[in-house]
Amino acid sequence: MLPPLGISETDAQAIEAAEERTVSQVDHSSELIRAALSEHARLPVDVEGLSDDADLYRAGMTSHASVNLMLALEDAFDLEFPDHMLRRSVFASIASIHAAIDEIRAGAGT
Amino acid sequence: MSVVARDDALLPAVRRIGIEIAARHADDVDRNARFPYEAIEALRNERALSALVPHELGGAGAGIESVGAMCFELGRSCGATAMVFAMHQIQVASIVRHLDDAPWFEGYLRRLADEQRLIASATSEVGTGGDMGRSIASVVPGTDGLCSIEKQASTVSYGEQADDILVTVRRAPDAEPGDQVALLVHKEQTSLEQTGTWDPLGMRGTCSPGFVVRAEFPEAQVLPTPFARIAAESMVPLSHILWSHLWLGIATDAFDRARAFVRAQARQRPGDPPPTAVRLSHLLSELSVLRAEVASGLHDFVEIADGKRRIELSTVAAALRFNSLKIASSEQAPRICQGAMGVCGIAGYKNDTPYSVGRHLRDTMSACLMVANERIHQTNAGLLLIAKDT
Repeated sequence: MLPPLGISETDAQAIEAAEERTVSQVDHSSELIRAALSEHARLPVDVEGLSDDADLYRAGMTSHASVNLMLALEDAFDLEFPDHMLRRSVFASIASIHAAIDEIRAGAGT
Repeated sequence: MSVVARDDALLPAVRRIGIEIAARHADDVDRNARFPYEAIEALRNERALSALVPHELGGAGAGIESVGAMCFELGRSCGATAMVFAMHQIQVASIVRHLDDAPWFEGYLRRLADEQRLIASATSEVGTGGDMGRSIASVVPGTDGLCSIEKQASTVSYGEQADDILVTVRRAPDAEPGDQVALLVHKEQTSLEQTGTWDPLGMRGTCSPGFVVRAEFPEAQVLPTPFARIAAESMVPLSHILWSHLWLGIATDAFDRARAFVRAQARQRPGDPPPTAVRLSHLLSELSVLRAEVASGLHDFVEIADGKRRIELSTVAAALRFNSLKIASSEQAPRICQGAMGVCGIAGYKNDTPYSVGRHLRDTMSACLMVANERIHQTNAGLLLIAKDT
């Protein structure tokens, strides 16, 4: 039997589903980060009101709170931040945390 | 800019000042809790106050290894002189390493080299529980283009004698406690109101009472880099490195006095080594441990101090490394001084013999309080929860 020449309907559906998964995973990551922040960062402001690029330390996150945040993120995402990522700047914003988590996941996949 | 270079030209001059000047006045400085004017003046004359200022800005361009050695040498002669010198160098290094091309600070470093200005620091504050990473006072922008500050500093070492003061405050009146900046104010822009007395157990010559620091200054005198980064990359590791060097210097002099005592005993009764020689051997092994930790702390800093690896200074692993140096050396130094007193007996306990080590013991007992070890242990406890490879 010859292999199909084009992308079958089943394949296309699978790709679409995978894309949807990726999209929902990205959104899910942001949600998890924001949830960890509101529970552990002990910010004097509402996390929902913060943009992804807002400086969390300027928003009032202390070093002590950032340790708890890191622990909560490791738990929520089931990963470990390697020592070289345990830096102040990595946890400075939602976007930088997101980037770090993506980097760890990309590294784990290879 | 780098503070890691190898230029030891100043070291012999500083060693000579330690032996000929600082040592000679050390007991008077200690007894009267007065500033070590003679030694600091001599260090000025050798242009040692600009040791860490780069060549192109008029300084000696010396490396941190060489300044560490200077702190060690001065510590062997007078703990207070060494501590004033070390603290000044820590402020200089914090400016040099975080200039970010700010023109005002480049000009200031030239002036520092020219006039051999002495910098004190006001990083502690009443009401923050000893946490240098938080401030209550803030920069207050004025209407006339000048900013102002008013800070209740719990201790400002040699504040009265310094030409300039490096102050940490919140960035603005509405900034969070951890959102800090460092700024430099000249004596003539500042008024100091002393809030306490200064009659401590040791390090008496550092003259470190509390002050209310009030100052008015142009905004250009605020360092552009956030203080959190200055602290992690420079002020904290360099404090622990330079302090531990001078504590080692004090402990080394206590050991040398104990050795001189044992030799004198042996000369009186030739034959088998006196029993105190065995105690001296125990003391030597304690001193070796301190020496090794101080050298290794310095080595670990220099490896990542500049260039691509500098970012590693902001990691949890680096914080733990240099916190451990501080805790270990601040506990070990007074232990050695007490051991030296055990060797010398009453001759070490008395304040007026060639074997006196009371000042050494008292000076090194300040080590565990300068940033309280228990506070550092608390910080480490949190960091250890997330560090992976320590």
